[in-house]
Formats: sequence, C-alpha cells, structure tokens
Amino acid sequence: MSLMAEMGQKAFNLGVPISVHLDVTYRCNERCVHCYLDHDDHGEMTTAEIKGILDQLAGAGVFFLTFSGGEVFMRRDFFDLLEHARRLMFNVKIKTNAVMIHEEEAQKMRALGVDSIQISVYSHRHEVHDAITKLPHSFERTMKAICFLKDQGLKVTIANVLMTGNLSDQYALQKLAAEMGVHYTVDPTITPMMDGDTSVLALRIPGEELTEIFRNPALVGDAEEFCAPPKAPTDDDLEGYSCSAGHSFCYISPYGDVFPCVQFPLPSGNLRKQTFLDIWNLSPQLNEVRSIQAKHLTVCSSCSHVGSCSRCPGLAYVEGNMRGPSTADCEKSYYRTGVPSANMMRQEVGKVRGGPLVQIQPLAAVM
Amino acid sequence: MAERYIARSSAIAARMLAGEMMVMNSIDSTFFTLNEVATAIWQAADGRTPLREIVRTSVCEQFDVDPEQAEADAEQFVTELSTHGILLVSEKPIAAEAP
Repeated sequence: MSLMAEMGQKAFNLGVPISVHLDVTYRCNERCVHCYLDHDDHGEMTTAEIKGILDQLAGAGVFFLTFSGGEVFMRRDFFDLLEHARRLMFNVKIKTNAVMIHEEEAQKMRALGVDSIQISVYSHRHEVHDAITKLPHSFERTMKAICFLKDQGLKVTIANVLMTGNLSDQYALQKLAAEMGVHYTVDPTITPMMDGDTSVLALRIPGEELTEIFRNPALVGDAEEFCAPPKAPTDDDLEGYSCSAGHSFCYISPYGDVFPCVQFPLPSGNLRKQTFLDIWNLSPQLNEVRSIQAKHLTVCSSCSHVGSCSRCPGLAYVEGNMRGPSTADCEKSYYRTGVPSANMMRQEVGKVRGGPLVQIQPLAAVM
Repeated sequence: MAERYIARSSAIAARMLAGEMMVMNSIDSTFFTLNEVATAIWQAADGRTPLREIVRTSVCEQFDVDPEQAEADAEQFVTELSTHGILLVSEKPIAAEAP
C-alpha cells in the first residue's frame, strides 16, 4: 500500500474528511447533451460564504479539494477562491471544460500551485465534441487550453464520458491524449437529470460494449486479472464498506448543501444553517451511510461479486435503496467477468437497466 | 559555518492528520508524512529564521533531544525535502512565495 493510500485509510478509520468535492456553481457555458445539472443560479454561495467554508474545511482536516461545477470559470471570483484555498494549503484539483482558459489563466494556475486539471473532452473530432457540448468551436478552444496548461507544466487529464454518440471515437481520443502528453480517463456512467428526468439514460452505451473497455490494458492495467471471475467473499469483504462516501469524503453544492458524494444525492445538511463539523459529525444521514457494511446489503451481501464490485451506494440510493444493488454496477461486474450478479439473476439478464428515481435537490426541498 | 534559511515552497499542500503532517508537492506529486519534530521544523520554515535557531527554539526546547544530533537530523531532513522542491534553502533570508 502506498503512503498516500495508508493515510487515506487512516482518515477513513478515524472519520476524518480528507477529501471534499466542492461545486462552486452549476452555471455553465456548455450544454452537454448528457449533463444532469440545472444550469440556472438558484442562489449560489457568495465569495465570502465559500471562503468561510474553505476555512472550516481546512480546520476539519480536509487535504484534497476538488473545485468543480458547472463550469468553475463562470464565477468571476474563481481565482480569488483558488488563491484562498491554496493559502490554506489544500491540494487542489480542478474539473473544467477549459474553454475559458487562456495563457494568462494557465500561468495563474501554475503560480498558485494547482495539483491537476481534469478536462472534459468527448472526441478527437471537433464536430462530434461540439455536437455534444452544443457550443460551437468548443473543441478548438479546449484543445488550445490544454496546450497552455501543458506549457506551464501542469498535470492534465482528459476525461471522456462514453455515450452512444462518441463511442466509436474513444481509441482515437485516447491516442490524441497520449500524443499531447496528458492522462486519459473514460467513464461510461450517464446519470439522470437533477429533476429526475431519465431521458438522458437513452445515451448510455450498450452494456456489451463495456466488455471491450474492460479488456483495454491502457485503461485497466492487467486485463486478465481485472476481468477474472470473482473470488469467494471473505469475512473481511462482508465487514467492509462500499467506498469513502460519508466516511472520509463528501460533496458540497453551490448552495451549501452537503451530500455523502457528488453521485449520492442524500441531503445531509446545509452550510448556511450549520457548521461543516456539525454536519459531518452529527448528520443522521451521514451516520446512516457510515453504518452500512457489505453484510447489511439486501441483495449484494449474497452476491459472488460483493468483494470486488464497484457498487456505488449513491447510484443504489438513486434507484430507491442505499442498501440495495446499483444496476449500473451489476452490469459492469457482469460484463467485466462474465458472471451475472445476484441482482441480475434475481431479475433477468439484459433487463437490469432500472431508471433512477431521485436526483440532487436542496435540503429544503425534502424537509 | 554559514547560516541556512528555509521556506516552504508555494507548490506545496499540507495538512495534519492524527499527529502527522501530510505534505505533497503538486509538481511531481511526491507525498511525505512528517513526524512531530519534522513538523515543528516545517511549521517554523518562514524564510527569515535561521535553521540553527529553528532547531534551538522549535526542537531542542520542545523535545527531549541532543542538540548536536537534532542539528544533524535537521540538516538531513532539510536537504531531503529541498531535493523534492518541498523546502527552499538559501544562505540568505527568503522572501515569502505566493500564495
């Protein structure tokens, strides 16, 4: 185990929020066809409010801070926030579409000691990328920005969301990333809209396509090991937890709402009404999430994949039960190994694509 | 022997976790944890206070250590962190880096 993984485990065991994802806005200059966000501003936090929260996060022990959105550069005060965060000595990662990054912005990010920048790119072809973002010339602007950032010596990752419209371009984009000297990640997860609209799920790639992705060594490392049939679950597997959501990680929305994860829309408190540590330590919702071990899962505890599945409790919650299966992860386990999950056998293989029912909403809307 | 001054690099992230200081350099992603004594030196690295004085006030007066050994250990620690760009070292006071 690396030293960093050791410290992550220590934070998990002690319940220290070592990592936080903060969306500073939901506003965006792109209108990606698969995006789940409502881009209107319903009262996002002020500069002073966010700085105050950053002070609290530093005091609570947060080390890794991800700024995301929406598009972070839609906020005119973004560099002010970034400077404040770096003064507090966070390790800062930024997720952006980069179309508003020019040489000057890249220089500032370098001077402020930003750790890395993850940039959404959907194809090596401008016509495909621009059709997904619905912003003309966005591909050209994003590519220029990547060059500005690379020129500054910053670490850049191209993040590609796979969907029906760009599936055939993934290898060419991966090659382009390698040529540009940047990392490449791919995610086949499409989530429903914030208002519960599931029409975007039609963009999901067919499950069979996952098999090929899982056998790509450039993405998964040792494909044989990655795709091996699951080993019999051990007692440790059943005592284990799904992920760090609510244990050492949480998500904060532009309105100050706290959730276990960006993909786990369980409202757990609001920073305009409570302090971060009050929410982190006392929220009944976070404490419930923390209490769930694999042995408590309604279907998954008896599944052969329980020790190795990427089961997302947030996606399970969106499907209606945080202790239940996440069908998207059942599919991944199945197409990775060829072994159906307990949930799939309970239903019928090929008919497991349930439509998530709940999406992120402010705390006030559910209280 | 000339005085040495130490300052924290602007590319560094740092946070205490359970009594250990985590330190990470954003440029090459090197990640360290510092023990209590090293953390005391790290926190006193303001670019203006000579290393010898830091060892005397932040180490010898706070911890039960032999002064000569403490100075030798501090020199080694500072050299190691400076090779990873985590500490800046100079024979003259160092102006604070942004941020």
